[in-house]
Amino acid sequence: MSAQITEGTLAEMRELIARYPEPQSALLPMLHLLQSVEGYVTAEGIETCAAVLGLTAAEVSAVATFYTMYKRRPVGTYYVGVCTNTLCAVMGGDVIFDRLKDHLGVGNDETTDDGVITLEHVECNAACDYAPVVMVNWEFFDNQTPESAVQLVDDLRAGQTVQATRGARVCTWREAERVLAGFPDDRADEGPAAGPATLAGLKLARERGWKAPAPDAGRATGDGGAATKVGAAEQADTTRAESESKLDESPADVVGGKTDEPIDVDKHSGEGSS
Amino acid sequence: MTDTLTPVLSDDWDTDRAWTLRAYERAGGYQALKKALTAQPDELIELVKDSGLRGRGGAGFPTGMKWGFIPQGDDKPHYLVVNADESEPGTCKDIPLMLATPHTLVEGVIISSYAIRATHAFIYVRGEVLHVIRRLQRAVQEAYHAGHLGTNIHDSGYDLELVVHAGAGAYICGEETAMLDSLEGRRGQPRLRPPFPAVAGLYACPTVINNVESIASVPCIVANGAEWFASMGTEKSKGMTLYSLSGHVNGPGQYEAPLGITLRELLELSGGVRDGHELKFWTPGGSSTPILTAEHLDVPLDYEAVGEAGSMLGTKALQIFDDTTCVVRAVLRWTEFYKHESCGKCTPCREGTWWLVQTLARLERGDGTEADLDQLVDLCDNILGRSFCALGDGATSPITSSIQYFRDEYLAHLTHGGCPFDAEAATLFAAERVPA
Repeated sequence: MSAQITEGTLAEMRELIARYPEPQSALLPMLHLLQSVEGYVTAEGIETCAAVLGLTAAEVSAVATFYTMYKRRPVGTYYVGVCTNTLCAVMGGDVIFDRLKDHLGVGNDETTDDGVITLEHVECNAACDYAPVVMVNWEFFDNQTPESAVQLVDDLRAGQTVQATRGARVCTWREAERVLAGFPDDRADEGPAAGPATLAGLKLARERGWKAPAPDAGRATGDGGAATKVGAAEQADTTRAESESKLDESPADVVGGKTDEPIDVDKHSGEGSS
Repeated sequence: MTDTLTPVLSDDWDTDRAWTLRAYERAGGYQALKKALTAQPDELIELVKDSGLRGRGGAGFPTGMKWGFIPQGDDKPHYLVVNADESEPGTCKDIPLMLATPHTLVEGVIISSYAIRATHAFIYVRGEVLHVIRRLQRAVQEAYHAGHLGTNIHDSGYDLELVVHAGAGAYICGEETAMLDSLEGRRGQPRLRPPFPAVAGLYACPTVINNVESIASVPCIVANGAEWFASMGTEKSKGMTLYSLSGHVNGPGQYEAPLGITLRELLELSGGVRDGHELKFWTPGGSSTPILTAEHLDVPLDYEAVGEAGSMLGTKALQIFDDTTCVVRAVLRWTEFYKHESCGKCTPCREGTWWLVQTLARLERGDGTEADLDQLVDLCDNILGRSFCALGDGATSPITSSIQYFRDEYLAHLTHGGCPFDAEAATLFAAERVPA
């Protein structure tokens, strides 16, 4: 066993397995976990998954090599992905990617000599209304320019704290992989709910007084008895006191208060098995 | 008369800390769940059928009908899998929804699972969206803590476990049967149908796979009724939906409107195409939907009308390209994407997308001949309808549609000996440098 894959790692793998009806469903999370521990998917990591799941190494390897997020060489502290799918590319992603390659002195899927940054072009990351987009450890950096992207990687290399546009303060790639594996950190409350483009239509609707039809617009036929004509807003009023009293024990309060007290993950885990 | 924009799913996105349980419940959240738990599951399936809700992930299949295919009274476990693998180029609606109000999705998952009698549900979210995954994980934790998930939910006797499952970078996993293989811990490759997932899906058990926006639309239907939902939209395309405007426009973003709004209306609302430029081509629903042009500005953006115009509504991802954009460059880049993402299972797609890239790249460099255009059309003809899943079909859409509308531009690359466009002029920052 390597110095990095410990008994604790194996215990966490078993914890992942317990979340699913069938053990092999935990393989993708397990590979994310391994990346957080070892920095990439190693041969030993593949053997470990195989042993824990009762699969062959070939079976695990077939999976690990299928998905682009699983890396076969060590990844830098920060993984910088520049979207060069059509829309971002046209809007400036190609220029940004070329500038970063020049600035960092690396090619696609290469890591800087100091081990800080791995640069890669990525496919559409579902933020087209913020094009051109750069991802750092899978956090959104919206509306980038060549200059802002160069500043971003310089800040990362200088060890400065970097805040995603719609996300948290950037953690390391390994820390991010641990969250993807299904072990939450405590950063869900960082960052905004939405960026300006997300709110563009809503803002316009507010300005013009546009709304969805009132809930009582529908006449109660064919609702199969499941729906009454009572609107959500009305219900919300009558049950508000109940909701408020419940919220006293909501974990949102704990985290909402920005205390350092982490949520009891074991107890409240969304991934808990029955 | 319905208003032009009808924020329902997006209505709470601007509230303070919108992602928290507290904010969601203050806005009336989880009341639909309590109401749903007093109904019979079959009544909920009927309700969603009556609403006319159709799948928002691209195909537009009626959601209630999909639920109705699940066998009832069998002794197998049932599963709900939410397709949150939003990766279709141009598509950017589910990610902001889950970032802003993940509880809308979680409440929808619980109601939908109850309706199809599932006791285990999964949100399969693409791995490349770290903060969205954090927000989903937190929302699920909060929902467990509040008794919306777990055993005997609100004393109804109903149990549900919900797992947030991160993918690992594979566009094909958005294809529903590939998603099931991936969720089973295998390479994400599509399955042969039949059997359909409703009969033999996850772990060979009856499974419903629905898009995020579809499931997130369920709570408002339960709260407000099927007729309320159906009072928006067009005859066969009911309800409100998220239109995502991106590219060379002054007001990119999310616009929630009744189905059937036109691109002309959306552009007028949002400030139009980039100043000093004209609309050249656009996708109605992501890169897999054939491109349209300025002549299609007045096509109602619903499932039927976009189909009649020769494309598909898809994910309502309206990518707008102005006159600075080279259509050949755009199409080549999309084609490279399909080649990269082809899972390799079937020959027409695996080999075909590779040859499409070779041929297009040659044309783009100006090294090709006019015969290459015929070759492209021929290749597309051999991929479309002959591939295992829709990825191959989608790969042909931008090529055949762009040749249909812009054949001369392909030929211009040959006469010009390369691309006649200045790529810099198409960038966002180039626009800022242009004197006003």
